[in-house]
Amino acid sequence: MRVVFGWLRILWSVARSPAAMLSLGFLTLGGFVCGVMFWGAFNTALEFTNTETFCLSCHEMRSNVYQELSHTVHFSNRSGVRAICSDCHVPHNWTVKIARKMQASKEVWGHLFGTIATRQTFLDHRLELAEHEWARFKANDSLECRNCHSAVAMDLSKQTARAARIHQQYLLTGQRTCIDCHKGIAHELPDMAGMPPGWAETPELIDTRQPSR
Amino acid sequence: MMMRRTLLVAAALLAAVGAVAQQTPDAPRLTGNTPPTTPVPAPPVPRPVTDDVRRARNYPEQPPVIPHAIDGYQITLHTNQCLTCHARQFIESSGAPMISVTHFMDRDGQVLADVTPRRYFCNVCHVPQTDAQPLVRNTFRDALQAR
Repeated sequence: MRVVFGWLRILWSVARSPAAMLSLGFLTLGGFVCGVMFWGAFNTALEFTNTETFCLSCHEMRSNVYQELSHTVHFSNRSGVRAICSDCHVPHNWTVKIARKMQASKEVWGHLFGTIATRQTFLDHRLELAEHEWARFKANDSLECRNCHSAVAMDLSKQTARAARIHQQYLLTGQRTCIDCHKGIAHELPDMAGMPPGWAETPELIDTRQPSR
Repeated sequence: MMMRRTLLVAAALLAAVGAVAQQTPDAPRLTGNTPPTTPVPAPPVPRPVTDDVRRARNYPEQPPVIPHAIDGYQITLHTNQCLTCHARQFIESSGAPMISVTHFMDRDGQVLADVTPRRYFCNVCHVPQTDAQPLVRNTFRDALQAR
């Protein structure tokens, strides 16, 4: 312990004393260049954690949620636009993105300790995991949906009458947000007993006795 | 000598088998290509009918057909996305027709509070429609016309 403190004291005194040999220009410009390089490396590494390759390098993602996504319209469709994991699960803006990344460090913990090591443990946790994401989407007004789907750009006349009516009634008035109705569009749903759909006028009437696992 | 006779018999047998094979060709193939190992181009996938207009039933017991797309609707042990509109509690806001009261009855005719398990899997009876044309002519006549 005393040795560590000794080293720290030396480092502190070096950091406090003025540079004897190096010019001010070298130090400021060098610091700037190092800063740029650090920032570039940091952002590159951060962006790498947003790629599909990175997500699918964990078997929890590859053999559960990714398999389910691969059957849906967000994976394959007529116009060839694909949403990958991070498009829906990571905010684009920097501050909230960093906040989300910090939360996600808990998932690294879960991976290391095998919280979701098998299909069965994944199914056991599905409701809890889904509820986390639903709560996040609800709180940020379905921000990740709206990165691609904007209510302003929606041509209601090209929707079926039913969809147009419900969007007009709930989405355009801001009464509901995307995730309230569009749950389970990219992954299989957990046990939905007791969870009314977004358009329910009488949510207290939902049958909570649906068959469960 | 023995060898030669054996060969003759074998040749005769082969010829007979060949003749039989030629005389009785396969029955006309109902599906696929002739010869069957050649690739068949898949016909285009028909477009689903999504106009939400209720279709008349061809006979009273016919399960109503679905006038909208049901791609990706989950009917699993955990959830039934058809019932998020067609269940009694949600028809007011969804505007969808309610599942009929027969769907609340168990096999003893006892009416339950919600859909009975034997009617849970909707698309066993109810199917969406597409613009595909019938492969063969349909000679079905409505019972009311047949009087």
